[in-house]
Amino acid sequence: MRKVAIYGKGGIGKSTTTQNTVAGLAEMGRKVMVVGCDPKADSTRLLLGGLAQRSVLDTLRIEGEDVELEDVLAKGFSDTNCVESGGPEPGVGCAGRGIITSINLLERLGAYEEELDYVFYDVLGDVVCGGFAMPIREGKAEEIYIVASGEMMAMYAASNICKGIKKFATNGTVRLGGIICNSRKVDNEYELLDAFAKQLGTQMIHFVPRDNDVQRAEIHKKTVIEWDPTCNQADEYRTLAKAIEDNDMFVIPKPMETEALESLLLEHGMLDVA
Amino acid sequence: MLNHTPTEIAERSALRINPAKTCQPIGAMYAALGIHRCLPYSHGSQGCCSYHRSHLTRHFKEPVMAASSSFTEGASVFGGQPNLMEGLKTVFTTYDPDVVAVHTTCLSETIGDDIPQIVGEAKRQDIIPEGKYVIHANTPSYVGSHVVGFSNMCTAMATYFAQEVKPARRRHTDATQINIVPGFVDPSDMRELRRLAEATGFKVTMFPDTSGVMDAPQTGKHIFYPDGGTTVDELKNLGRGVATMALGWWASRDAAIQVEKKAYVPREILDLPIGIAATDRFMQILKFRGGVITPDLERERGQLVDLMVDTQQHFHGKKVAIFGDPDHVLALTEYVRDLGMIPVHVLTGTPGKRFTSEAERILGPKAASSNIKSEGDLFTLHQLIKNEPVDLLLGNTYGKYIAQAQDIPFVRVGWPILDRVGHSLIPTLGYAGAVRLLTKMTDALLDRRDRDAPDHQFELVL
Repeated sequence: MRKVAIYGKGGIGKSTTTQNTVAGLAEMGRKVMVVGCDPKADSTRLLLGGLAQRSVLDTLRIEGEDVELEDVLAKGFSDTNCVESGGPEPGVGCAGRGIITSINLLERLGAYEEELDYVFYDVLGDVVCGGFAMPIREGKAEEIYIVASGEMMAMYAASNICKGIKKFATNGTVRLGGIICNSRKVDNEYELLDAFAKQLGTQMIHFVPRDNDVQRAEIHKKTVIEWDPTCNQADEYRTLAKAIEDNDMFVIPKPMETEALESLLLEHGMLDVA
Repeated sequence: MLNHTPTEIAERSALRINPAKTCQPIGAMYAALGIHRCLPYSHGSQGCCSYHRSHLTRHFKEPVMAASSSFTEGASVFGGQPNLMEGLKTVFTTYDPDVVAVHTTCLSETIGDDIPQIVGEAKRQDIIPEGKYVIHANTPSYVGSHVVGFSNMCTAMATYFAQEVKPARRRHTDATQINIVPGFVDPSDMRELRRLAEATGFKVTMFPDTSGVMDAPQTGKHIFYPDGGTTVDELKNLGRGVATMALGWWASRDAAIQVEKKAYVPREILDLPIGIAATDRFMQILKFRGGVITPDLERERGQLVDLMVDTQQHFHGKKVAIFGDPDHVLALTEYVRDLGMIPVHVLTGTPGKRFTSEAERILGPKAASSNIKSEGDLFTLHQLIKNEPVDLLLGNTYGKYIAQAQDIPFVRVGWPILDRVGHSLIPTLGYAGAVRLLTKMTDALLDRRDRDAPDHQFELVL
C-alpha cells in the first residue's frame, strides 16, 4: 500500500487536485482511500457527490467511543473509500488534536487493513502544529506531494511545508515525491515551478493547466473524470495519476530561505516586459 | 463528610463527582518502575510528574524516581523537542539509567509531539549512549484511565524489546520459560505470581515486575535503582516463552498480544487471579503449558477451601458493593460470589463495555438485580448504596468516605491504598492472597457484629 499525503497553501486546490487524481487512479483500477484532514470536511465532496457523510470526530462526539468503521467510511466514485476527520467549529477547540484522535481511531478500527493500493491524506493548509503533521509521523504517510502555483505565497508555503517534511524525514520514512503545479496562469509559471522544484531537490511531477472544466465539474459535485471523461482536463488528471503511479523519485527536501526564493522569482518569475 | 449525598439518583451526562479512576501517566510510570534500572520520564509539565510520584509514594511508602520535561509556556507553543532532548541528556549524564521510559501527558499529546521522531533526533545527536534504551508510550489523560496507561507502557516494553527467538537458539537444557504480565498489582502480588509459576517448574519472565523496587528493604542506604525489575535481557528474550499469560483484560491483554505479534509467543488472556476460581484457572493454564501441580500447591488450595467452608455462615447472603479497577473488580466479584455473598453494586471508573458483559456473566441469574456500572464515579456508588444498603464495601482508600457516611464495614483492596499498610508485602492474589482477603473480610464483618451486639448476643465463639 502506498501512503500519500497532499499538502499545500490554503485555497491552492489541494482537495480538488487530490480527488481528481484519485479518480484517475481509481479509473486505472486502483483501490484508494481518501482521508480528509481538514475541519471543513470537504475533502471528499467530489468523490461522494456532495457533503454526504458524518465526520469521524462528529461521530465520536455523538456516539461516544464506540464507533464502527461503517459509521465513518463512505463509498465514493469508482468504489473509493472516503473518510473525513472533521473537527471543531472555527475559533474553538483544537483541530490539530482532532487529526491525531481521528487517525488513531481509524487505525484502531482497522481502516487500513483492507486491501488498498493507496491511502491519500488531504491535509489543511500549512503544517501549522503537531496535529497537522500527524499524517507524516511514524510512517503513516510515506510520500508527500505539495500542490503549488507560480504565486509567491504558494511557493513560500511549499517551502515551509518542506521544513516539516525534512524534520520527520531525518528520523523516519517520509519523503517528498514532487510538486504538483496547479496553474494560476502566472508569468512563466512552468519554468518557475520547475526551477523551484529542482532547488528543493525534487521534481515538478505534473503541470496541471488552468481549465474552467474543473469549476464546472465542481459545481456538479463531481470529479472531472466522472463529469466529462472525454475532456482535456480529464486527461491531465489521468497523466498526473500515472506520474504518481510511476514515480520513483523520493527525496528529503532542501527548504529554501526567503531570500533564495525571492531571487528565484526575480530570475524566472517575470516575462521580459522590455 | 458525605452526609449530603442525595438518595435520589438524577440523570447526569456531563459531570463526574469523585471519579473512580485517575489519569494514564501514573499507570505508565508505575509500569516503568518495573523495569530494572529504568527511569520513568514524564514528557510534560512538572506538576504531572510530581503528582504521580507523590501519589505512588503514598501507596507504596517508597520513594519514586522519575524525570520530567518541565514544559513551560514556550514548550507548549514551539513543541517539546528541545525539552525532551535536554532532559534525556541530563538523565543519561547524571542518573545513568539503562532504560528511560517516556510517557506523554495531556499537554504534549495535544500539541502533538512525536516522541519517536524526537528520540530519533536524540540518537542522531549521540545523546543516547551506546547500549542504553529510550522507550515510549502515548498516554493522554483524557483517554481511558490509569489502567490504560499501565497497559500502554507494558505494550511499549513488548514493542521495543520482544523479538523472535528461533528454536535453534533456544537452550533445551533450561527450564521452560513462561512470560507473565501481572497487571496493575502490588509488588507482593507479583512475587506471589512468580512463586506459584515457579512452583510448577517454570522459569518466569514477568514484565513489569516491581518487586524488589517498590517493596525494597530498609538497609540504611539509599539505592537509586534497587535490585528488582525486569531486565532488558529478559525483555529481549520474551520470545523464548512457551506462552505469555496476560492477567487482566484491561491491564495486560495488549502487551501479550504485542509479544505474540513481535515474537510469535502465543497469548493466554486470563482474569486477575483473585479468589479461588480465578487462581484455579491460572494454575490450570500453567499445567496446560507444561507445569506440574505439586502436592504443596494442592495443600495451599485445600487450606483455602477449608477456610471457605469454615466461614461460609458469616458470608452467606451478605450484600457487597465493589469498586475500583476493572480487572480487580471483576475478579473480586467472582470471589465474593463463590463465598456466598451477593455483589449488589459493581462499579469501575475505567471505560469499556466488556466490564458490564463480564460482570453479568459472573453474576448469572443475580445480574438482573445488581447494579453494574463502567465509567461510573463514587458519587453514583454512594447513591446506589443509599438506595440499596450493603453489609460490606470493597475498594481502594477513596471508599472510606462512603464507608464512614453509611457506617459500612470496609475492606481496602486494589489501588491506591493510602491509609493502611501491608499491601506491598502481603499478596491478595493467588491462594495465599485469597486467604488474606477472606480473613480481612471476616475481621471486618465480625468486628461489626461484636460492636453492635447487645450483651445477650455478644458471643465468645463465632
